[in-house]
Amino acid sequence: MIEIAVILALPFSAGALLALWGARKWAAEFNIAASFATFVAAAALTARVISEGPLLAFDRLFFVDAFNVFLVALTAFVGCTTAVFSRPYMRIEEAHGRLTPPRLRLYHSMYQVFVGAMLVALLTNNMGILWVAMEAATLATVLLVSLYRTPASLEAAWKYFILCGVGIAQALFGTILLYFAAERVLGAEGGALLWTELNQVKSQLEPTVLSLSFVFLLVGYGTKVGLVPLHNWLPDAHAEGPTPVSAVLSGLLLNVALYAVVRCKVLVDGSLETVFAGKLMMGFGLLSVVTSAFFLMRQKDVKRLFAYSSIEHMGIITFAFGMGGAVASFAGLLHMTVHSLTKSAIFYTVGHAAQKTGTQLIANIRGLIQVSPTIGWGLTLGCLAILGMPPFGVFASEFLILTTAMRDQPWATPFLLGALGVAFAAVFSKVQPMVFGDTNAKRLPHPPSMLPVFLHMALVLMLGLWIPPYLAEWYRQAAQMIG
Amino acid sequence: MTWIGALSQLIQLAVAVLLAPLLLGWVNQCRAWLQNKRAPSLAQPYRMIRKLFLKEPVIAHNASPIFRLTPYIVFGAMALAAAIVPSLATDLPFATAADAIALVGIFALARIFIALAAMDIGTAFGSLGARREMLIGFLAEPALLMVFFTASLISQSTSLVTIVETLAHREFVIYPSLAFAGIAFTMVSLAENARVPVDNPATHLELTMIHEAMILEYSGRHLALIEWASSLKLFNYSCLGLALFFPWGIVEGAHDVVGLLWAIPVLVGKLALGGFLLALIETMSAKLRIFRAPEFLGTAFLLGVLGMLVHQLLGA
Amino acid sequence: MSLPLSSQLLNLLAAVLLLLSFAMLAQRRLLSLVSLFAMQGFALCLATLLVALTSTQTHLFYSAALTLVLKVIVLPYFLYRMIHKLEVLWDVETLLNIPMIMLLGIVLVVIAFNLAVPISQLSSTITRSMLGIALASVLLSFLMMITRRKAIPQVIGFLAMENGLFFAAISATYGMPMIIELGIALDVLVGVLILGVFFFQIREQFDSLDLEHLEKLRDE
Repeated sequence: MIEIAVILALPFSAGALLALWGARKWAAEFNIAASFATFVAAAALTARVISEGPLLAFDRLFFVDAFNVFLVALTAFVGCTTAVFSRPYMRIEEAHGRLTPPRLRLYHSMYQVFVGAMLVALLTNNMGILWVAMEAATLATVLLVSLYRTPASLEAAWKYFILCGVGIAQALFGTILLYFAAERVLGAEGGALLWTELNQVKSQLEPTVLSLSFVFLLVGYGTKVGLVPLHNWLPDAHAEGPTPVSAVLSGLLLNVALYAVVRCKVLVDGSLETVFAGKLMMGFGLLSVVTSAFFLMRQKDVKRLFAYSSIEHMGIITFAFGMGGAVASFAGLLHMTVHSLTKSAIFYTVGHAAQKTGTQLIANIRGLIQVSPTIGWGLTLGCLAILGMPPFGVFASEFLILTTAMRDQPWATPFLLGALGVAFAAVFSKVQPMVFGDTNAKRLPHPPSMLPVFLHMALVLMLGLWIPPYLAEWYRQAAQMIG
Repeated sequence: MTWIGALSQLIQLAVAVLLAPLLLGWVNQCRAWLQNKRAPSLAQPYRMIRKLFLKEPVIAHNASPIFRLTPYIVFGAMALAAAIVPSLATDLPFATAADAIALVGIFALARIFIALAAMDIGTAFGSLGARREMLIGFLAEPALLMVFFTASLISQSTSLVTIVETLAHREFVIYPSLAFAGIAFTMVSLAENARVPVDNPATHLELTMIHEAMILEYSGRHLALIEWASSLKLFNYSCLGLALFFPWGIVEGAHDVVGLLWAIPVLVGKLALGGFLLALIETMSAKLRIFRAPEFLGTAFLLGVLGMLVHQLLGA
Repeated sequence: MSLPLSSQLLNLLAAVLLLLSFAMLAQRRLLSLVSLFAMQGFALCLATLLVALTSTQTHLFYSAALTLVLKVIVLPYFLYRMIHKLEVLWDVETLLNIPMIMLLGIVLVVIAFNLAVPISQLSSTITRSMLGIALASVLLSFLMMITRRKAIPQVIGFLAMENGLFFAAISATYGMPMIIELGIALDVLVGVLILGVFFFQIREQFDSLDLEHLEKLRDE
């Protein structure tokens, strides 16, 4: 109980403090401290769930079960490490004259609000509050993406707002339909939007309404996941916003949106007893994987490159959840975790690499390893991991997904394998010259913090070799629930 | 067919043909008042028609028989339409023979002949007017049909008589679909009768005129007939609007001579009000550029379709 | 089959809402667009009030008050001020010509009505037949957003979509729970405020609010 209250209250109060107290020198440190405190609370919550099992809190408004507990921990963790990364990164940006103290104030404040909104979205039991929190997260990111106030960043933020605004409006309609179906079973007073209640009566929900509702919800939240063809905002927002924002967008927000889709899928599956929702998700997932693989080849901007890679991985995860079954869902959850850790680590290194060379163009970033072995190796390792090289965790999850696909959906396997191959060739051939060869990189005014990168990579490596038993147990339970 | 039916048919036809120029005069008078001008007398259209009948018609050398025949056909079509639209009574021998769709056909017949006659002489203005008239007609007719369909869906019949009887007998229910149809019908009527947002009956400005351009070559009794037919057309459209949207006061059943006599002042009252509203609309709106007319009529069509869809959805 | 008067009035309001959605689709002038938006909000508010009166759902009164304050007064006033401050009183440009947009709009209405039929048959509210209209106005606002070139009409389209969604909530289920409506209203308000700041930024950067300038980012 108290942990949930802390997790929810801390980021918002920290955000308010950072906003009200003006541009201070210690804002970055305070940001780290608040994120760390949130992480500690999340860890305490995790420990409690390990010992006591799932729990409901605050008049059933918030809940923790096997599915969201690890996402909460992951979000708090990546939120914390990104705060650590952003301290030197933002100092360097300020030294380069791209940001002013008032902008940094906005950044720190909105960063906390953004993380807080995502935690609310993950923890809430109410599908309506889930929607509100997603929209709040969108608004916070709009401000973050437009932080530089350059024409390109304004354009990216505008696109992001309009596309996600339209998308999320569709999700609201889906939520209304869901409420409509639920109200007939649970009554207006019976908490007809509470997920736990809905899950109990899901077989009585009206199938026609729920299938229509799911289409709207998938399109709505799918826009935020970045599923093709609703992905247009994603590369722009990743490329034009500050790098810490790209890291949390890719690492966390996409996960949260996908989490919302999966929660809805559970209800729809229970009501329909067909594979309608699964088929839709498989279709969107496969389309995202294939399309983004080919877009990967054409990228010239390194952050856009990895943004498309995020679309690809979100496609893989969506496909895995669409296939369903214990193994595929397990693999999907694992992939969510490892992708989030790896992709944020990659963005940390890419951010510093771009600062060292003063450009985001792949062609102009050369020989990182000569000037800064840590950044060079961090990027190389991150790339190998995200491309699914053993022994990293991404390999384990992709392997599980592919083998399940071969067994259950043989028709999809060639597309998946082909897309993964294309993605591998595209990303590797672009990153290799960035790391090796002659260099043009310069020294940075502040030493970068590489601790988060290697922490993330170590975790990804660990998940490839050994999954902690309680984590595996959660995955199994959640996979069973997702079906 | 009862003798009283035949009687109401005759009375209705006579009232229409005789009162039509009066309605035109009334609209002109209202318009003049609203625009702070001195109004011409109510009888001005009658004087005009009389004057034109007394004059000798002048016809171009190369005019074909179509040109000579057209005034009679147009007048005949309008008189026939006046006999079909139930403006005074519903027990009309003619009205049962032709439904709403046939009525649209009769209007179209008149339009085609007048356009043919306009092109017959081969003058530039005639062809110009005919082309514009066909453009307007091409857009107005579907919109008019949509209006009729909405009313038909409510009363489950395309017969004007049945529509009027159903609508007049309902209890007071708000029909949003009829509101849509009503606005659409008003817009179509403005366009079809060459009133202000689309055409201006009072000017002969070559850039904008439509109807006046077509009848430029007519004179004498031909012009008189055409003018009379135009006023009759306005009268028909007004009665049609009243029949569809304000059907109260029309005599139903076959045995009511007193009612028939009573229906005439009711009709005159409703027409007076309608004419005033028409003048008001004309005064308040500005003439559209000719290439905006499709948009205007497109909107009318849209409203007609919306009315139909809303009826399907709401059942009202 | 005569319906009670409140239902008839609701149907009328629904029809008015649909008509206003179409009017917004066709409206070229920016200020008229804002007043149409305010009128739509007012129709929504009246509908909410009417439903509140007939269904005796007290939270709908608050909802109606919220709609009145936010969508009829605050947001239109804010937009109005912004248009004057930015001096963007020009005629709105559309990507397609207006009759074409209207035809597309009719197609969308047909689709929406057909989608809504199975749902409204299940509903027991007096407002059930309005769901199709609500969905139609959502889709029409969506169409408006994608056919407009300028920033402000797009935002008005976005807000009109929100109106349609509220209407859907009222017609299907007598409104969402209050806490969620408050959350939605807050989000919308904050969103518009952020966009207001944005307009000035965009204008500063591009000297125009024409979204043509915002088409630089693309995969070449």
